[in-house]
Amino acid sequence: MTESAPLLLARGVTKAFAGVTVLRDVDLDLHKGEIHALLGENGAGKSTFAKIVAGVHRPTRGKLSLNGRQVDISSPLVAQKLGVTLIHQEPISFPDLSVAENLVLGQGEQGWFSRVPWAEMTREARRQMDQLGVSIDVTKPMRGLSIADQQMVEIGRALASGSRLIIMDEPTAPLTPKEVDTLFGIVRRLRGEGRTIIFISHRLEEVRALCDRVTIFRDGSKVATDAIENLDDAEIIRLMIGRPLKEYMHKHNASIGEVALEVEGLTLPGRFQDVSFQVRRGEIVGLGGLVGAGRTDVACAIFGIQPAESGSLKVNGKTVDIRQPDDAIALGLAFVPEDRAVSGIFRTLSVEQNITAAIPGRIAPRGFIRRAIEKLLAADSVRKLRIRLASVNQPIGELSGGNQQKAILARWLLAEPGILILDEPTRGIDIGVKAEFYDIIGELAEQGRAILLISSELPELLALCDRILVMAEGRLTAEIPRAEATQEKVMQAAVPRQQAGIAA
Amino acid sequence: MQEVTPARPLWHVILVRPETMTFVLLIAAVVVASQLSPYFLDISYILRSFTLSAEFAIVALVLTMVIIAGEIDLSPAANMALSACLFAWAQASGIPMPVAIGIGLLAGLAMGALNAFMVIALQLPSIIVTIGTLTLFRGLAQIIAGDKSIRVPDWFIGIDKILVFGIPMPVVIFVLAAFVLGLILAGTIFGRQIYQVGTNEVAARYAGIRTRRIKLVLFLLMGLVAAVAGMMTASRLGSVRYDLGLGGELQMVLMAMLGGTYIFGGRGTILGTFLAAWLLVVVSTGMTVANLLPAIQLTVLGVLLIVAIIATNFIYSRTQR
Repeated sequence: MTESAPLLLARGVTKAFAGVTVLRDVDLDLHKGEIHALLGENGAGKSTFAKIVAGVHRPTRGKLSLNGRQVDISSPLVAQKLGVTLIHQEPISFPDLSVAENLVLGQGEQGWFSRVPWAEMTREARRQMDQLGVSIDVTKPMRGLSIADQQMVEIGRALASGSRLIIMDEPTAPLTPKEVDTLFGIVRRLRGEGRTIIFISHRLEEVRALCDRVTIFRDGSKVATDAIENLDDAEIIRLMIGRPLKEYMHKHNASIGEVALEVEGLTLPGRFQDVSFQVRRGEIVGLGGLVGAGRTDVACAIFGIQPAESGSLKVNGKTVDIRQPDDAIALGLAFVPEDRAVSGIFRTLSVEQNITAAIPGRIAPRGFIRRAIEKLLAADSVRKLRIRLASVNQPIGELSGGNQQKAILARWLLAEPGILILDEPTRGIDIGVKAEFYDIIGELAEQGRAILLISSELPELLALCDRILVMAEGRLTAEIPRAEATQEKVMQAAVPRQQAGIAA
Repeated sequence: MQEVTPARPLWHVILVRPETMTFVLLIAAVVVASQLSPYFLDISYILRSFTLSAEFAIVALVLTMVIIAGEIDLSPAANMALSACLFAWAQASGIPMPVAIGIGLLAGLAMGALNAFMVIALQLPSIIVTIGTLTLFRGLAQIIAGDKSIRVPDWFIGIDKILVFGIPMPVVIFVLAAFVLGLILAGTIFGRQIYQVGTNEVAARYAGIRTRRIKLVLFLLMGLVAAVAGMMTASRLGSVRYDLGLGGELQMVLMAMLGGTYIFGGRGTILGTFLAAWLLVVVSTGMTVANLLPAIQLTVLGVLLIVAIIATNFIYSRTQR
């Protein structure tokens, strides 16, 4: 690591939104040629800081200097001119334009009516992709690219504009392990060229593998900056959450009963084939695998959102036909979907309405909604699940992610389901609230409910589940009992076979 | 880190509602109009003026529900013309009146079903579908009626002359319809689910709500109510032409928008549209009483609509992100 003058110098950077301070007096130096991790819980201020550096937000107070010169980064365009680029997690691009067009977009000073230099553009784009060492057809539209390749195009853009500071906000979240490796290789090369990278991630192992130094945020303040080798994992977690993490190993007292849900040869061409498994009462069955392995599709098929084409479903021993979610609910199934914003919440409607959405018959016994009953049920859920809010009449969009998720869980618990399917229930939730969720899931199993838990977080699966099923490329590849489950075993089954063959 | 956004005080919740804006505008319009002309405060004059827009206002109530559900229907005015033409043509060719009325109502339902089929089964955007059917229905009406007007029997004429406690029948029907639909929208599961579907259709489906059935019911209701409105218009005018209710869809949309219905769905009330219908009548009657040129009247209505849309969007974006 070079100990020359720092590339970026932040002093007393403070940001308040509508009177709420989200970032408080942050001092931070970034060296040339380092990979610097920003860590912290959601809402700790790491993304806000990154966005201030990238010109997306302007600081309420504080100074930024680049290369010893004080700068006012008033917009992303100014940031780009100064050599600072933010790579978005889900790349913002023009999906119908070609890769080449996306690459050169906004570069070069051209008049409105000047000719588009197609040939040069394509040549330049190819050169940039070659430089990165990735093979992407630059004449194809962006839409067809994987998220990993789209990220590469964004990195290519950053390099083409001569960026010296590249900020990556959770770039690895949507990537497969192999894509992560490729990304890391490129990031290391960029460091070798003397560029500085800010790397935001939730995954400690990635930070450890890649980064030189790390800065930890908590509640809007910087709590520590140090070289990564000086901090062990427990220390980092303690700094992030401000208290030692209790082991959230779930003590499973539930007695396992009859088969509640039985899936036999479930197939939906193009999504999943021949999926068979059982979930018993009181049992938590994990469903692991990589994103895109077909886990969510199986859940959607069981719940009737996108029914399977062949195969059979048995609920409590009886063969059933579930054509739509309505049927599933009537059979005592519940499904907490993965993407809360898209398929969970009614953003502008009250928390109360959100909680009671799946039980129309109970809040309106004779067709007309009985406000008193509704209020009672909602208030009861809020208390039981410790949902933090100001009023049940508040639009649910005003709640934090964790509390929104609790409200969706509350919706389904009111339906008193015998079988619960939870799809990534703790995604994007603070560590503290996560622990609460694990307790709740454990309690639900103890009450004799059958739980199918889809999760990409291995520690979560290992801690909570009685059995772990693993899917890869639309097929079930393993069923691992709790006693034998390890991260390696699950991962091995999750990686598509062609590549796993060598390792095995 | 602030975890909980504080709740807004009650006065704020009530004041910052689009219906409040409509109500304030309505009061202001009444005050201004009564300053312009002493005749204006004659209540029977306002009621008689309202009968001219009552049919559109009735349809606008259903349209409000359709818009809240996240769809739109621009075909009801053309539907009014086609179902009225079919009815008039049937009775003129000797079919008994009850059957002719039945034909008109069924035609309205069928038109609603056609819209529903294309929007729900074929998954086409309702704005395009109903612009298409609006042209189609109007064209069919012209084929049936030609450019002649078809007379209806004398006993059928004059719904606007029937008074209930001094109030013209179309106004009574409008008030009753607003009351019933308002109760349904605000107080029943069906109404609740209309808001949920309009707010987030995917989430509604995941919550077990039969989103397609809700939209089907709304489009069918729209077709049926438009047919009723078409026949009420026939009764008021005494004859039917293919251009009955021409341009009415814009007035209906105007009423819904003025009443604070959010064009992207999920928000709005029957009360808002109810008030907006009166506002529209008061403003245009007031301008007529004050002898304003028609050209100026149109401009004022345009400005009113734009102000309403800006205000509604501003209110929604401020209070509920």
